[in-house]
Amino acid sequence: MPLVKNGKISDDAFVHVVDDAPLPPDGAILISAARFLEDPEAISRRLGKTGVVWPNNRDVDDLVPYLDRLAAVALVFPTFRDGRAYSQARLLRERFLYHGELRATGQVLRDQFVFMLRAGFDAFEVRKQADAEVFAQTAKRYSVFYQPTGDGRVTALNRRMQLRHSESAGL
Amino acid sequence: MTSPLEQKKIKITGPSVVTANRTWDGIVVYRTPEQGWSAKLADAAIVRTSDDARALLAESVADDVGAIGAYIAPVEVRDGGAIEPGNLREQIRSAGLTIGLPVQA
Amino acid sequence: MYAYDELDRTLINERVSEFRDQVKRRLSGELTEDEFKMLRLQNGVYLQLHAYMFRVAIPYGTLSSRQLRQLAHVARRYDRGYGHFTTRQNIQFNWIKLAELPDALADLAEVGIHAMQTSGNNTRNVTSDQWAGVAPGEIEDPRIWSEILRQYTTLHPEFSFLPRKFKFAITASAHDRAAIKIHDIGLRLHKNAQGETGFEVMVGGGLGRTPFIAKTIRTFVHGSDLLSYVEAIMRVYNQYGRRDNIYKARIKILVHELGIERFAQEVEEEWQQIRDGALKLDDSVVEEIRSRFTYPAYEKLAHMPDELRKAAHDPHFEAWRRNSVFPHKVTGYAIVTLSLKPVGGPPGDATADQMDALADLADKYSFGEIRVGHEQNLALPHVARRDLPALWKALDKIGLATPNVNLVSDIIACPGLDYCSLANARSIPIAQELTRRFSNHDTANLIGRLHINISGCINACGHHHVGHIGILGVEKNGEEFYQITIGGRADENAQLGSLVGPAVPYAEVADVIEDIVEAYLALRASPDELFVDSVKRLGVEPFRERVYATR
Repeated sequence: MPLVKNGKISDDAFVHVVDDAPLPPDGAILISAARFLEDPEAISRRLGKTGVVWPNNRDVDDLVPYLDRLAAVALVFPTFRDGRAYSQARLLRERFLYHGELRATGQVLRDQFVFMLRAGFDAFEVRKQADAEVFAQTAKRYSVFYQPTGDGRVTALNRRMQLRHSESAGL
Repeated sequence: MTSPLEQKKIKITGPSVVTANRTWDGIVVYRTPEQGWSAKLADAAIVRTSDDARALLAESVADDVGAIGAYIAPVEVRDGGAIEPGNLREQIRSAGLTIGLPVQA
Repeated sequence: MYAYDELDRTLINERVSEFRDQVKRRLSGELTEDEFKMLRLQNGVYLQLHAYMFRVAIPYGTLSSRQLRQLAHVARRYDRGYGHFTTRQNIQFNWIKLAELPDALADLAEVGIHAMQTSGNNTRNVTSDQWAGVAPGEIEDPRIWSEILRQYTTLHPEFSFLPRKFKFAITASAHDRAAIKIHDIGLRLHKNAQGETGFEVMVGGGLGRTPFIAKTIRTFVHGSDLLSYVEAIMRVYNQYGRRDNIYKARIKILVHELGIERFAQEVEEEWQQIRDGALKLDDSVVEEIRSRFTYPAYEKLAHMPDELRKAAHDPHFEAWRRNSVFPHKVTGYAIVTLSLKPVGGPPGDATADQMDALADLADKYSFGEIRVGHEQNLALPHVARRDLPALWKALDKIGLATPNVNLVSDIIACPGLDYCSLANARSIPIAQELTRRFSNHDTANLIGRLHINISGCINACGHHHVGHIGILGVEKNGEEFYQITIGGRADENAQLGSLVGPAVPYAEVADVIEDIVEAYLALRASPDELFVDSVKRLGVEPFRERVYATR
């Protein structure tokens, strides 16, 4: 499954480690929320970055105390029709000011890239190779946005207000 | 509507066909014995056992570029071999609205 | 009218181009139906019995004549020459080909019309009072806020994959014509003690198999806080709404399971975190939206012009005027409702020819504007009263002057089993038969206001729960049967109807309805007591006795 990061297909620095497998002594790992919360201190002490796969039916509040020691948070789309992780993503980015990698996992398809980017995701485990290959074009599909989110894109309302101001200033 | 998956549990009790809507234009179609689709009920493959029905459905569902929403529908086979829809819903799908179109002909 | 600017138009065009690509990938097999289904639904494309159905949004029910002509064009070019107006200010085309849909959408985009989010588990078309901006006594034009909400909900990055569909309705009049209490969020504009404009926010209304009337979650939310408050509600719903069972996934179930107090508390906590954030609407922003609604240059006209005085001698004209013409906020003007319920016709259908002719009449008599109402009728919102006689003649010629607005034959009906793959029973032929039974105008007038609503299945697209008389199609041993309720209503006193007796077969429905109406005429306290008020006063029992005693 290709990983898209910084807008292009990239090598995955993280290794997914399943719950009963031993943790590698170093290197970046992605582990389940349950495993991480069992002993966050021990996991944080190991060499290498830590990433947590956070389920979409658990409040991100429980993860907040540990955000500053996490290099990645992976949120889950069990199917693309289950949109809970969009709310989690915005909360992590906009309310809890999480700046690390925010990864979309699960059924990640081309037609949801724009929504995911706007919600704050910056890494994508894309289901299909063909979708990963067109990530950059797809991300540019829309140029107008109605809602303010943490991604910093200027909303239509703001653009209109700017236009009004420049008009009334006689520019 | 019963999904094809749930319908797999259903046993058929009489002659049946597999029907769906053609993907590109949506019209009602029936699975034929030649593993294609036809707009005519007369061309439909008739199955009489649950195993045959399941097999025909599985083959139909696999062709979702051809048609979508495939499911098993009952039919009646008249003396002489003419096939007729087995319930009101299928009658309407096969013969069209029971009311006139609002457009002046 | 709201004038789309370059930004609105760009977004619609980008959406069309995206959907064109999605359809192409679907037809080539690159997308499976499972992956494509939600994408097509989010562009208004359903699969019905005979074909794809295409649902196009008419935001807050306002159309220009140019837009109506384009709808006629789509009906003719891509469909079978007609369209169906729904209870939620949408129009549906019943015979459209998937391969041609991108072209149809592109044609509609030319006039600023789209089908975004007319289906799917996202926020649907924001609906409003069809008399918005022209009704006397309105707090302010609710379409300004509807448009703010339309923009806010369109392609929302967080709320495009909700547990289930989500519907907004908004009104600014004392009399609710938008059925806000049967919406996921109902908004009533009003002024607080300080004279500020804001909203009573209602949540958790909806019909379907578990009907609920919406509950008030907050009596006053200031206009500037509207979007943040709505976002708080939607965020709570997106995270905690049930996703394990499609029938329990609407917000009404979450509100019911948590209880309104607990739900309100969750929303309040969320809201306090975001209310002073980027969603705050300062006055200049609201003003910007307001400034793009334009209103006609009304003339100073007499309330009772000579033309009207003369025409009063024609009983047919008078019957229509009394029935279909309503007061306007400007003296000398009227709102004219156009019944889409001709005797023997399918409720809510209009042909392409009717649409074109009506567009011309709107240009001539209504400043080029048409409205679409919740009762599946149309309206011309700015007609000079002196023009009423001429307009009536013209409407009569195109079959749009049936004087049965709000009467027993002004029936709301879903498409039913003739079109719909979810339906258990037919709706349209029942409605057609009832319009024939009650075709006598004097009898209908004697009966007075009476709303019959028909749904062909429990999903309740025909709003049967809130019909004064509700008819619900069910299936019994492969036969069509109909459950009948009475006493429902969809207005500011919204109420669910009660079952009046056992379900009856297809052939007996019209007889039973006639008997119920007979019973009402015998039981009512006075000719002024409406059907629904008689039911309220007497309960169901006297009706049951009279109607079912001999069955």
